[in-house]
Amino acid sequence: MRLTDEERAMLAGERGEPRRWAMDHMLKVGAMFDAEDFVPVAQAHMMVDPESVGEAGVRFLEGLAAHNEADRRVAVPMITDPRGVDLNHYRPLGQTEAMADLERRTIKALTRLGILMTNTCINYQTIMPPVMGEHMAYGDTGVVIYCNSVCGARSNFEGGPSALAAGLTGRTPRYGLHLDENRRATRRFIVRHQPRGLVEWGALGAIVGRLAGSYWEVPVIEGIETVPGSDELKHLGAAMASFGSTPLFHLVGITPEAPTLDAVGGTALAAHEITEADFASLTASYGSKGDPVDVVVFAAPQLSLVEMQRVADLVAGHQRYPETAMLVCTSPAVYADATRLGLVDTIEAFGAKVLEGTCFYNQYAREIGEANGWTRLLSNSAKIVNILGGYGYQPALRSAEDCVRAARTGRIP
Amino acid sequence: MRLELACHQGIGPKVEGKALVSADNFSARYDLDRLQGIFSRPEHALFGQSYVGKVLVCNTAKGGVATAWMLHEMASRGMAPKAILFNHANTILAQGAALADMALCDRFADGDITKLIETGDHVTVDPGRGIVLVERSG
Repeated sequence: MRLTDEERAMLAGERGEPRRWAMDHMLKVGAMFDAEDFVPVAQAHMMVDPESVGEAGVRFLEGLAAHNEADRRVAVPMITDPRGVDLNHYRPLGQTEAMADLERRTIKALTRLGILMTNTCINYQTIMPPVMGEHMAYGDTGVVIYCNSVCGARSNFEGGPSALAAGLTGRTPRYGLHLDENRRATRRFIVRHQPRGLVEWGALGAIVGRLAGSYWEVPVIEGIETVPGSDELKHLGAAMASFGSTPLFHLVGITPEAPTLDAVGGTALAAHEITEADFASLTASYGSKGDPVDVVVFAAPQLSLVEMQRVADLVAGHQRYPETAMLVCTSPAVYADATRLGLVDTIEAFGAKVLEGTCFYNQYAREIGEANGWTRLLSNSAKIVNILGGYGYQPALRSAEDCVRAARTGRIP
Repeated sequence: MRLELACHQGIGPKVEGKALVSADNFSARYDLDRLQGIFSRPEHALFGQSYVGKVLVCNTAKGGVATAWMLHEMASRGMAPKAILFNHANTILAQGAALADMALCDRFADGDITKLIETGDHVTVDPGRGIVLVERSG
Protein backbone atom coordinates (compact mmCIF):
# COMPACT_ATOMS: atom_id res chain seq x y z
CA MET A 1 0.00 0.00 0.00
CA ARG A 2 1.09 3.56 -0.66
CA LEU A 3 1.65 5.35 2.63
CA THR A 4 1.87 9.06 3.37
CA ASP A 5 4.64 10.41 5.58
CA GLU A 6 2.19 10.58 8.49
CA GLU A 7 1.11 6.96 7.94
CA ARG A 8 4.74 5.83 7.83
CA ALA A 9 5.40 7.69 11.09
CA MET A 10 2.43 5.98 12.75
CA LEU A 11 3.55 2.58 11.49
CA ALA A 12 7.06 3.22 12.84
CA GLY A 13 5.64 3.90 16.29
CA GLU A 14 6.45 7.61 16.23
CA ARG A 15 2.85 8.45 17.19
CA GLY A 16 2.70 5.89 19.99
CA GLU A 17 2.07 2.18 20.31
CA PRO A 18 -1.75 2.29 19.88
CA ARG A 19 -1.41 3.95 16.46
CA ARG A 20 1.43 1.60 15.48
CA TRP A 21 -0.83 -1.37 16.28
CA ALA A 22 -3.68 0.26 14.35
CA MET A 23 -1.59 0.76 11.20
CA ASP A 24 -0.20 -2.78 11.36
CA HIS A 25 -3.71 -4.21 11.77
CA MET A 26 -5.14 -2.21 8.88
CA LEU A 27 -2.22 -3.07 6.58
CA LYS A 28 -2.91 -6.78 7.07
CA VAL A 29 -6.60 -6.31 6.24
CA GLY A 30 -5.85 -3.92 3.38
CA ALA A 31 -3.43 -6.39 1.77
CA MET A 32 -6.07 -9.12 1.78
CA PHE A 33 -8.46 -6.84 -0.11
CA ASP A 34 -5.85 -5.27 -2.42
CA ALA A 35 -6.23 -1.75 -0.99
CA GLU A 36 -3.84 0.66 -2.71
CA ASP A 37 -3.91 3.36 -0.05
CA PHE A 38 -5.85 4.71 2.94
CA VAL A 39 -8.87 7.00 2.89
CA PRO A 40 -9.57 9.54 5.67
CA VAL A 41 -12.73 8.84 7.67
CA ALA A 42 -14.93 11.39 9.44
CA GLN A 43 -16.12 9.10 12.25
CA ALA A 44 -15.66 5.64 13.68
CA HIS A 45 -18.30 3.51 15.41
CA MET A 46 -17.37 0.45 17.42
CA MET A 47 -19.14 -2.79 18.28
CA VAL A 48 -17.61 -3.76 21.60
CA ASP A 49 -20.08 -5.69 23.78
CA PRO A 50 -18.36 -7.78 26.47
CA GLU A 51 -19.90 -11.05 25.30
CA SER A 52 -18.03 -10.72 22.01
CA VAL A 53 -14.92 -9.06 23.36
CA GLY A 54 -14.38 -11.42 26.29
CA GLU A 55 -11.65 -11.23 28.90
CA ALA A 56 -8.93 -11.32 26.24
CA GLY A 57 -10.42 -8.42 24.31
CA VAL A 58 -10.95 -6.33 27.43
CA ARG A 59 -7.30 -6.86 28.38
CA PHE A 60 -6.32 -5.78 24.88
CA LEU A 61 -8.37 -2.57 25.25
CA GLU A 62 -6.96 -1.93 28.73
CA GLY A 63 -3.48 -2.29 27.26
CA LEU A 64 -4.18 0.44 24.71
CA ALA A 65 -5.85 2.61 27.36
CA ALA A 66 -2.76 2.41 29.60
CA HIS A 67 -0.70 4.55 27.21
CA ASN A 68 -0.28 8.28 27.78
CA GLU A 69 -3.07 10.54 26.63
CA ALA A 70 -1.33 11.90 23.54
CA ASP A 71 -0.77 8.37 22.26
CA ARG A 72 -4.10 6.81 23.16
CA ARG A 73 -6.75 9.37 22.20
CA VAL A 74 -8.74 8.68 19.06
CA ALA A 75 -8.05 11.00 16.13
CA VAL A 76 -11.65 11.42 14.90
CA PRO A 77 -15.03 11.37 16.70
CA MET A 78 -15.69 7.79 17.74
CA ILE A 79 -18.91 6.35 19.17
CA THR A 80 -20.09 2.97 20.45
CA ASP A 81 -22.66 0.36 19.54
CA PRO A 82 -25.04 -1.05 22.21
CA ARG A 83 -23.53 -2.38 25.42
CA GLY A 84 -24.03 -5.93 26.64
CA VAL A 85 -25.08 -5.04 30.19
CA ASP A 86 -27.50 -2.33 31.31
CA LEU A 87 -25.72 -1.52 34.57
CA ASN A 88 -29.00 -0.26 36.04
CA HIS A 89 -30.80 -3.55 35.32
CA TYR A 90 -28.73 -6.68 35.04
CA ARG A 91 -29.33 -8.83 38.12
CA PRO A 92 -33.05 -9.21 37.35
CA LEU A 93 -32.11 -10.55 33.90
CA GLY A 94 -29.84 -13.16 35.40
CA GLN A 95 -26.66 -11.44 34.27
CA THR A 96 -23.75 -12.00 36.65
CA GLU A 97 -21.35 -9.69 38.46
CA ALA A 98 -18.58 -11.08 36.25
CA MET A 99 -20.46 -9.88 33.15
CA ALA A 100 -21.09 -6.47 34.73
CA ASP A 101 -17.43 -6.18 35.74
CA LEU A 102 -16.30 -6.92 32.21
CA GLU A 103 -18.70 -4.21 31.05
CA ARG A 104 -17.40 -1.69 33.57
CA ARG A 105 -13.77 -2.38 32.59
CA THR A 106 -14.66 -1.99 28.91
CA ILE A 107 -16.37 1.36 29.51
CA LYS A 108 -13.42 2.60 31.57
CA ALA A 109 -10.91 1.66 28.87
CA LEU A 110 -12.95 3.14 26.02
CA THR A 111 -13.52 6.37 27.93
CA ARG A 112 -9.76 6.72 28.39
CA LEU A 113 -9.36 6.37 24.63
CA GLY A 114 -11.62 9.40 24.15
CA ILE A 115 -14.52 7.36 22.77
CA LEU A 116 -18.04 8.75 23.23
CA MET A 117 -20.18 6.08 24.91
CA THR A 118 -23.30 6.57 22.80
CA ASN A 119 -24.19 2.86 23.08
CA THR A 120 -26.40 2.86 20.03
CA CYS A 121 -26.99 1.11 16.73
CA ILE A 122 -29.32 3.92 15.56
CA ASN A 123 -26.75 6.71 15.51
CA TYR A 124 -28.11 7.68 12.08
CA GLN A 125 -31.44 8.49 13.78
CA THR A 126 -30.14 9.95 17.02
CA ILE A 127 -26.51 11.16 16.93
CA MET A 128 -25.39 12.44 13.52
CA PRO A 129 -26.35 10.94 10.18
CA PRO A 130 -23.55 10.90 7.61
CA VAL A 131 -23.52 13.01 4.47
CA MET A 132 -23.61 11.62 0.93
CA GLY A 133 -20.11 10.54 -0.09
CA GLU A 134 -18.68 10.80 3.43
CA HIS A 135 -16.19 8.03 4.24
CA MET A 136 -16.80 6.34 7.59
CA ALA A 137 -15.64 3.37 9.64
CA TYR A 138 -18.87 2.05 11.12
CA GLY A 139 -19.35 -1.07 13.16
CA ASP A 140 -22.78 -2.72 13.40
CA THR A 141 -24.03 -4.05 10.11
CA GLY A 142 -27.37 -2.26 10.49
CA VAL A 143 -25.58 1.07 10.77
CA VAL A 144 -23.36 0.33 7.79
CA ILE A 145 -26.14 -0.78 5.45
CA TYR A 146 -28.41 2.14 6.39
CA CYS A 147 -25.70 4.77 6.06
CA ASN A 148 -24.40 3.34 2.77
CA SER A 149 -27.81 2.80 1.22
CA VAL A 150 -30.05 5.55 2.59
CA CYS A 151 -27.48 8.29 3.21
CA GLY A 152 -25.00 7.49 0.43
CA ALA A 153 -22.08 7.35 2.88
CA ARG A 154 -19.17 4.95 2.32
CA SER A 155 -18.27 2.36 4.91
CA ASN A 156 -17.29 -1.27 5.04
CA PHE A 157 -18.43 -3.51 7.89
CA GLU A 158 -15.82 -2.61 10.49
CA GLY A 159 -15.52 -5.06 13.34
CA GLY A 160 -14.53 -3.60 16.71
CA PRO A 161 -10.76 -3.89 16.25
CA SER A 162 -10.79 -2.29 12.79
CA ALA A 163 -13.18 0.46 13.83
CA LEU A 164 -10.82 1.22 16.71
CA ALA A 165 -7.84 1.22 14.34
CA ALA A 166 -9.69 3.70 12.12
CA GLY A 167 -10.58 5.85 15.11
CA LEU A 168 -6.98 5.95 16.34
CA THR A 169 -5.58 6.91 12.93
CA GLY A 170 -8.49 8.76 11.27
CA ARG A 171 -8.33 6.52 8.21
CA THR A 172 -9.15 3.09 6.83
CA PRO A 173 -7.81 1.02 3.92
CA ARG A 174 -9.52 2.06 0.68
CA TYR A 175 -11.25 -1.14 -0.45
CA GLY A 176 -14.76 -2.56 -0.71
CA LEU A 177 -17.49 0.05 -0.46
CA HIS A 178 -15.11 3.00 -0.46
CA LEU A 179 -14.67 2.31 -4.20
CA ASP A 180 -17.23 3.24 -6.88
CA GLU A 181 -17.00 -0.09 -8.68
CA ASN A 182 -18.16 -2.08 -5.64
CA ARG A 183 -21.32 0.01 -5.21
CA ARG A 184 -22.95 -0.97 -8.49
CA ALA A 185 -25.84 -3.43 -8.44
CA THR A 186 -25.08 -7.12 -8.94
CA ARG A 187 -28.53 -8.61 -8.13
CA ARG A 188 -31.90 -7.26 -9.28
CA PHE A 189 -35.21 -7.80 -7.47
CA ILE A 190 -38.76 -6.70 -8.33
CA VAL A 191 -41.16 -6.52 -5.37
CA ARG A 192 -44.74 -7.63 -6.20
CA HIS A 193 -46.08 -7.22 -2.67
CA GLN A 194 -45.88 -3.88 -0.87
CA PRO A 195 -44.47 -4.38 2.65
CA ARG A 196 -46.86 -3.42 5.46
CA GLY A 197 -45.49 -2.48 8.87
CA LEU A 198 -41.97 -2.79 10.18
CA VAL A 199 -42.14 -6.58 10.35
CA GLU A 200 -42.72 -6.86 6.60
CA TRP A 201 -39.96 -4.38 5.81
CA GLY A 202 -37.70 -6.61 7.85
CA ALA A 203 -39.08 -9.67 6.07
CA LEU A 204 -38.26 -8.10 2.70
CA GLY A 205 -34.72 -7.50 3.92
CA ALA A 206 -34.51 -11.12 5.06
CA ILE A 207 -35.74 -12.45 1.69
CA VAL A 208 -33.35 -10.27 -0.32
CA GLY A 209 -30.43 -10.86 2.04
CA ARG A 210 -30.86 -14.63 1.92
CA LEU A 211 -30.95 -14.58 -1.89
CA ALA A 212 -28.01 -12.18 -2.24
CA GLY A 213 -26.06 -14.12 0.39
CA SER A 214 -22.69 -12.39 0.30
CA TYR A 215 -20.89 -9.24 1.38
CA TRP A 216 -19.88 -8.67 -2.22
CA GLU A 217 -23.39 -8.65 -3.74
CA VAL A 218 -25.31 -5.38 -4.10
CA PRO A 219 -29.10 -5.81 -4.46
CA VAL A 220 -31.12 -3.28 -6.42
CA ILE A 221 -34.85 -3.39 -5.68
CA GLU A 222 -37.64 -2.14 -7.94
CA GLY A 223 -41.37 -1.99 -7.40
CA ILE A 224 -41.62 -0.13 -4.08
CA GLU A 225 -44.58 2.19 -4.62
CA THR A 226 -44.32 4.52 -1.63
CA VAL A 227 -41.30 6.14 -0.04
CA PRO A 228 -40.53 4.21 3.17
CA GLY A 229 -39.63 6.11 6.35
CA SER A 230 -36.50 5.88 8.42
CA ASP A 231 -37.77 3.07 10.71
CA GLU A 232 -38.94 1.02 7.72
CA LEU A 233 -35.58 1.38 5.99
CA LYS A 234 -33.87 0.58 9.29
CA HIS A 235 -35.65 -2.78 9.55
CA LEU A 236 -35.17 -3.49 5.83
CA GLY A 237 -31.44 -2.89 6.07
CA ALA A 238 -30.83 -4.56 9.42
CA ALA A 239 -32.50 -7.77 8.26
CA MET A 240 -30.78 -7.74 4.86
CA ALA A 241 -27.39 -7.30 6.52
CA SER A 242 -28.16 -10.06 9.01
CA PHE A 243 -29.46 -12.65 6.55
CA GLY A 244 -27.04 -11.82 3.74
CA SER A 245 -24.06 -10.07 5.32
CA THR A 246 -25.08 -7.43 2.78
CA PRO A 247 -23.65 -3.94 3.31
CA LEU A 248 -25.48 -1.92 0.60
CA PHE A 249 -28.76 -1.94 -1.31
CA HIS A 250 -30.41 0.40 -3.75
CA LEU A 251 -34.14 1.18 -4.03
CA VAL A 252 -34.82 2.55 -7.50
CA GLY A 253 -36.20 6.08 -7.34
CA ILE A 254 -35.77 6.22 -3.55
CA THR A 255 -32.17 5.82 -2.34
CA PRO A 256 -29.72 8.50 -3.47
CA GLU A 257 -27.39 6.49 -5.69
CA ALA A 258 -30.25 4.91 -7.65
CA PRO A 259 -32.44 7.60 -9.22
CA THR A 260 -32.86 5.06 -12.04
CA LEU A 261 -32.08 1.37 -12.48
CA ASP A 262 -29.48 2.34 -15.05
CA ALA A 263 -27.66 4.65 -12.63
CA VAL A 264 -26.48 1.62 -10.61
CA GLY A 265 -25.87 -0.57 -13.66
CA GLY A 266 -28.95 -2.71 -13.06
CA THR A 267 -30.60 -2.83 -16.48
CA ALA A 268 -28.60 -5.79 -17.77
CA LEU A 269 -29.26 -7.92 -14.67
CA ALA A 270 -31.85 -10.71 -14.69
CA ALA A 271 -34.76 -9.79 -12.39
CA HIS A 272 -35.97 -12.00 -9.52
CA GLU A 273 -39.59 -11.39 -8.44
CA ILE A 274 -40.54 -11.31 -4.76
CA THR A 275 -44.20 -12.13 -4.16
CA GLU A 276 -46.63 -12.24 -1.24
CA ALA A 277 -45.94 -15.97 -1.00
CA ASP A 278 -42.29 -15.27 -0.21
CA PHE A 279 -43.34 -13.06 2.72
CA ALA A 280 -45.82 -15.68 3.96
CA SER A 281 -43.24 -18.44 3.70
CA LEU A 282 -40.66 -16.49 5.69
CA THR A 283 -43.11 -15.64 8.49
CA ALA A 284 -44.43 -19.21 8.61
CA SER A 285 -40.92 -20.46 9.31
CA TYR A 286 -40.87 -18.42 12.53
CA GLY A 287 -43.68 -19.54 14.85
CA SER A 288 -47.33 -20.62 14.52
CA LYS A 289 -50.65 -19.34 15.79
CA GLY A 290 -51.27 -20.49 19.34
CA ASP A 291 -47.61 -21.15 20.17
CA PRO A 292 -46.76 -20.16 23.77
CA VAL A 293 -44.35 -17.26 24.20
CA ASP A 294 -41.81 -16.93 27.04
CA VAL A 295 -40.48 -13.51 26.12
CA VAL A 296 -41.42 -10.72 23.72
CA VAL A 297 -38.51 -8.59 22.56
CA PHE A 298 -38.55 -5.21 20.84
CA ALA A 299 -34.94 -4.62 19.76
CA ALA A 300 -32.43 -5.12 16.93
CA PRO A 301 -32.19 -2.34 15.97
CA GLN A 302 -32.82 -0.28 19.09
CA LEU A 303 -36.17 1.51 18.99
CA SER A 304 -36.46 5.08 17.73
CA LEU A 305 -38.56 7.55 19.69
CA VAL A 306 -41.36 6.99 17.17
CA GLU A 307 -41.24 3.22 17.74
CA MET A 308 -41.24 3.80 21.51
CA GLN A 309 -44.45 5.81 21.18
CA ARG A 310 -45.97 3.07 19.03
CA VAL A 311 -45.21 0.41 21.64
CA ALA A 312 -46.52 2.68 24.41
CA ASP A 313 -49.76 3.22 22.48
CA LEU A 314 -50.19 -0.54 21.97
CA VAL A 315 -49.69 -1.45 25.64
CA ALA A 316 -51.47 1.53 27.26
CA GLY A 317 -54.28 0.43 29.56
CA HIS A 318 -53.37 -3.28 29.33
CA GLN A 319 -51.50 -5.72 31.56
CA ARG A 320 -48.81 -8.19 30.64
CA TYR A 321 -49.56 -11.92 30.96
CA PRO A 322 -47.65 -12.91 34.12
CA GLU A 323 -45.77 -15.82 32.49
CA THR A 324 -44.61 -13.85 29.44
CA ALA A 325 -41.83 -11.30 29.87
CA MET A 326 -41.39 -8.30 27.59
CA LEU A 327 -38.21 -6.32 26.98
CA VAL A 328 -37.73 -3.14 24.97
CA CYS A 329 -34.22 -1.98 24.03
CA THR A 330 -33.41 1.60 23.10
CA SER A 331 -30.50 3.99 23.03
CA PRO A 332 -29.56 6.23 25.97
CA ALA A 333 -30.58 9.31 23.97
CA VAL A 334 -34.02 7.91 23.12
CA TYR A 335 -34.40 6.53 26.64
CA ALA A 336 -33.94 10.01 28.11
CA ASP A 337 -36.53 11.50 25.77
CA ALA A 338 -38.93 8.59 26.22
CA THR A 339 -38.65 8.97 29.99
CA ARG A 340 -39.27 12.71 29.81
CA LEU A 341 -42.29 12.12 27.59
CA GLY A 342 -43.81 9.45 29.82
CA LEU A 343 -43.40 6.62 27.30
CA VAL A 344 -41.11 4.54 29.53
CA ASP A 345 -43.64 4.82 32.38
CA THR A 346 -46.47 3.68 30.11
CA ILE A 347 -44.50 0.69 28.81
CA GLU A 348 -43.34 -0.33 32.28
CA ALA A 349 -46.83 0.11 33.78
CA PHE A 350 -47.86 -2.65 31.37
CA GLY A 351 -45.25 -4.88 32.98
CA ALA A 352 -42.51 -4.66 30.33
CA LYS A 353 -38.97 -3.45 31.02
CA VAL A 354 -37.18 -0.81 28.94
CA LEU A 355 -33.42 -1.39 28.76
CA GLU A 356 -31.08 1.54 28.14
CA GLY A 357 -28.12 1.32 25.78
CA THR A 358 -28.20 -2.44 25.17
CA CYS A 359 -29.60 -4.75 22.54
CA PHE A 360 -31.04 -8.13 23.45
CA TYR A 361 -28.94 -10.31 21.20
CA ASN A 362 -25.59 -8.91 22.34
CA GLN A 363 -26.31 -9.03 26.05
CA TYR A 364 -25.46 -12.66 26.76
CA ALA A 365 -28.66 -13.90 25.15
CA ARG A 366 -27.83 -17.56 25.82
CA GLU A 367 -27.15 -17.02 29.52
CA ILE A 368 -30.16 -14.79 30.19
CA GLY A 369 -32.37 -17.23 28.31
CA GLU A 370 -31.17 -20.07 30.51
CA ALA A 371 -31.44 -18.00 33.71
CA ASN A 372 -35.05 -17.04 32.97
CA GLY A 373 -36.25 -20.19 31.24
CA TRP A 374 -36.81 -18.34 27.96
CA THR A 375 -36.71 -20.37 24.77
CA ARG A 376 -39.84 -19.30 22.86
CA LEU A 377 -39.07 -15.74 21.86
CA LEU A 378 -41.29 -13.45 19.81
CA SER A 379 -40.21 -10.25 18.07
CA ASN A 380 -41.11 -7.98 15.18
CA SER A 381 -37.41 -7.88 14.22
CA ALA A 382 -36.40 -10.24 11.42
CA LYS A 383 -32.79 -9.60 12.39
CA ILE A 384 -33.18 -10.87 15.93
CA VAL A 385 -35.07 -14.02 15.01
CA ASN A 386 -32.31 -14.84 12.54
CA ILE A 387 -29.55 -14.44 15.11
CA LEU A 388 -31.13 -16.18 18.08
CA GLY A 389 -31.63 -19.62 16.52
CA GLY A 390 -27.98 -20.33 17.32
CA TYR A 391 -28.41 -19.17 20.93
CA GLY A 392 -30.81 -21.94 21.93
CA TYR A 393 -34.06 -20.04 21.22
CA GLN A 394 -37.08 -20.99 19.12
CA PRO A 395 -37.69 -17.54 17.66
CA ALA A 396 -40.97 -16.34 16.17
CA LEU A 397 -41.65 -13.30 13.99
CA ARG A 398 -44.87 -11.26 14.02
CA SER A 399 -46.04 -7.63 13.81
CA ALA A 400 -45.67 -5.24 16.75
CA GLU A 401 -49.43 -5.49 17.32
CA ASP A 402 -49.28 -9.29 17.52
CA CYS A 403 -46.20 -9.13 19.74
CA VAL A 404 -48.12 -7.00 22.25
CA ARG A 405 -51.16 -9.30 22.02
CA ALA A 406 -48.87 -12.23 22.79
CA ALA A 407 -47.41 -10.36 25.75
CA ARG A 408 -51.02 -9.91 27.03
CA THR A 409 -52.19 -13.49 26.44
CA GLY A 410 -49.02 -15.63 26.48
CA ARG A 411 -49.60 -17.01 22.98
CA ILE A 412 -49.04 -15.99 19.36
CA PRO A 413 -52.41 -14.71 18.07
CA MET B 1 -3.57 -37.87 -3.08
CA ARG B 2 -1.93 -34.47 -2.86
CA LEU B 3 -3.34 -31.17 -4.15
CA GLU B 4 -1.74 -27.74 -4.18
CA LEU B 5 -4.35 -24.97 -4.35
CA ALA B 6 -3.57 -21.34 -5.09
CA CYS B 7 -5.61 -18.59 -3.45
CA HIS B 8 -5.42 -14.87 -2.77
CA GLN B 9 -2.86 -13.72 -0.23
CA GLY B 10 -4.46 -14.26 3.17
CA ILE B 11 -3.87 -13.33 6.79
CA GLY B 12 -2.12 -15.07 9.68
CA PRO B 13 0.55 -17.73 10.20
CA LYS B 14 1.28 -20.95 8.29
CA VAL B 15 -0.60 -23.80 10.02
CA GLU B 16 -1.74 -27.37 9.38
CA GLY B 17 -4.62 -29.50 10.61
CA LYS B 18 -7.59 -31.71 9.77
CA ALA B 19 -10.29 -30.20 7.60
CA LEU B 20 -13.92 -29.72 8.66
CA VAL B 21 -15.88 -28.86 5.52
CA SER B 22 -19.38 -27.64 4.67
CA ALA B 23 -20.93 -25.66 1.82
CA ASP B 24 -22.75 -23.62 4.48
CA ASN B 25 -21.81 -20.09 5.53
CA PHE B 26 -20.19 -19.03 8.80
CA SER B 27 -20.61 -16.59 11.67
CA ALA B 28 -19.17 -17.03 15.16
CA ARG B 29 -22.14 -15.14 16.64
CA TYR B 30 -24.89 -16.94 14.72
CA ASP B 31 -23.63 -20.50 14.52
CA LEU B 32 -21.45 -21.42 17.49
CA ASP B 33 -21.58 -22.36 21.12
CA ARG B 34 -18.18 -20.82 21.75
CA LEU B 35 -17.84 -22.20 25.28
CA GLN B 36 -18.40 -25.79 24.15
CA GLY B 37 -16.53 -25.29 20.86
CA ILE B 38 -19.30 -26.74 18.70
CA PHE B 39 -21.71 -25.58 16.01
CA SER B 40 -24.96 -24.87 17.88
CA ARG B 41 -27.30 -23.55 15.20
CA PRO B 42 -29.66 -26.43 14.39
CA GLU B 43 -29.95 -25.44 10.70
CA HIS B 44 -26.18 -25.41 10.14
CA ALA B 45 -24.72 -28.32 8.17
CA LEU B 46 -22.06 -28.78 10.88
CA PHE B 47 -24.55 -28.71 13.80
CA GLY B 48 -23.14 -30.52 16.84
CA GLN B 49 -19.59 -30.84 15.45
CA SER B 50 -16.46 -29.47 17.11
CA TYR B 51 -14.44 -26.91 15.18
CA VAL B 52 -11.64 -26.62 17.77
CA GLY B 53 -8.19 -27.05 16.21
CA LYS B 54 -9.68 -27.75 12.77
CA VAL B 55 -9.10 -26.13 9.39
CA LEU B 56 -12.66 -24.93 8.90
CA VAL B 57 -13.81 -24.72 5.27
CA CYS B 58 -17.05 -22.84 4.47
CA ASN B 59 -18.59 -21.01 1.53
CA THR B 60 -18.65 -17.45 2.82
CA ALA B 61 -19.01 -15.33 5.93
CA LYS B 62 -22.45 -14.33 7.09
CA GLY B 63 -24.04 -12.08 9.63
CA GLY B 64 -22.57 -9.25 11.57
CA VAL B 65 -19.47 -7.73 13.05
CA ALA B 66 -19.12 -9.67 16.31
CA THR B 67 -16.89 -12.36 14.79
CA ALA B 68 -14.10 -9.76 14.56
CA TRP B 69 -13.77 -9.89 18.36
CA MET B 70 -14.91 -13.46 18.84
CA LEU B 71 -12.06 -15.15 16.93
CA HIS B 72 -9.58 -13.41 19.25
CA GLU B 73 -11.60 -14.41 22.33
CA MET B 74 -11.91 -18.03 21.17
CA ALA B 75 -8.19 -18.23 20.36
CA SER B 76 -7.28 -16.86 23.81
CA ARG B 77 -8.97 -19.91 25.38
CA GLY B 78 -7.52 -22.40 22.88
CA MET B 79 -11.05 -23.00 21.57
CA ALA B 80 -10.71 -21.68 18.02
CA PRO B 81 -10.29 -23.25 14.60
CA LYS B 82 -6.66 -23.33 13.44
CA ALA B 83 -7.58 -21.75 10.13
CA ILE B 84 -10.62 -20.77 8.12
CA LEU B 85 -10.88 -21.13 4.33
CA PHE B 86 -13.69 -19.53 2.33
CA ASN B 87 -14.67 -19.14 -1.26
CA HIS B 88 -15.20 -15.51 -0.28
CA ALA B 89 -14.39 -14.00 3.11
CA ASN B 90 -15.98 -10.76 4.17
CA THR B 91 -14.28 -7.81 5.82
CA ILE B 92 -15.20 -8.94 9.34
CA LEU B 93 -13.56 -12.34 9.08
CA ALA B 94 -10.39 -10.75 7.71
CA GLN B 95 -10.32 -8.19 10.53
CA GLY B 96 -10.98 -10.91 13.11
CA ALA B 97 -8.21 -13.11 11.74
CA ALA B 98 -5.81 -10.15 11.85
CA LEU B 99 -6.51 -9.51 15.55
CA ALA B 100 -6.53 -13.20 16.49
CA ASP B 101 -3.44 -14.01 14.36
CA MET B 102 -5.48 -16.83 12.81
CA ALA B 103 -4.82 -18.19 9.31
CA LEU B 104 -7.50 -17.12 6.81
CA CYS B 105 -7.56 -17.54 3.02
CA ASP B 106 -10.12 -17.16 0.24
CA ARG B 107 -10.60 -16.81 -3.55
CA PHE B 108 -9.23 -20.14 -4.80
CA ALA B 109 -8.10 -20.36 -8.42
CA ASP B 110 -9.37 -23.93 -8.94
CA GLY B 111 -13.00 -23.31 -7.98
CA ASP B 112 -15.26 -24.13 -5.06
CA ILE B 113 -13.06 -24.79 -2.03
CA THR B 114 -15.90 -26.60 -0.22
CA LYS B 115 -15.77 -29.24 -2.99
CA LEU B 116 -11.97 -29.36 -3.41
CA ILE B 117 -11.37 -30.26 0.24
CA GLU B 118 -13.13 -33.06 2.17
CA THR B 119 -13.66 -33.38 5.92
CA GLY B 120 -10.71 -35.27 7.39
CA ASP B 121 -8.17 -34.16 4.76
CA HIS B 122 -4.83 -33.03 6.16
CA VAL B 123 -4.48 -29.39 5.11
CA THR B 124 -1.50 -27.02 5.27
CA VAL B 125 -2.46 -23.34 4.96
CA ASP B 126 0.20 -20.78 3.98
CA PRO B 127 -1.60 -17.40 3.89
CA GLY B 128 1.53 -15.35 3.12
CA ARG B 129 2.17 -17.27 -0.12
CA GLY B 130 -1.51 -17.86 -0.89
CA ILE B 131 -1.06 -21.65 -1.04
CA VAL B 132 -3.11 -24.45 0.53
CA LEU B 133 -1.75 -28.00 0.41
CA VAL B 134 -4.29 -30.86 0.70
CA GLU B 135 -3.28 -34.44 1.52
CA ARG B 136 -5.87 -37.21 1.46
CA SER B 137 -5.14 -40.74 2.58
CA GLY B 138 -6.59 -43.76 0.76
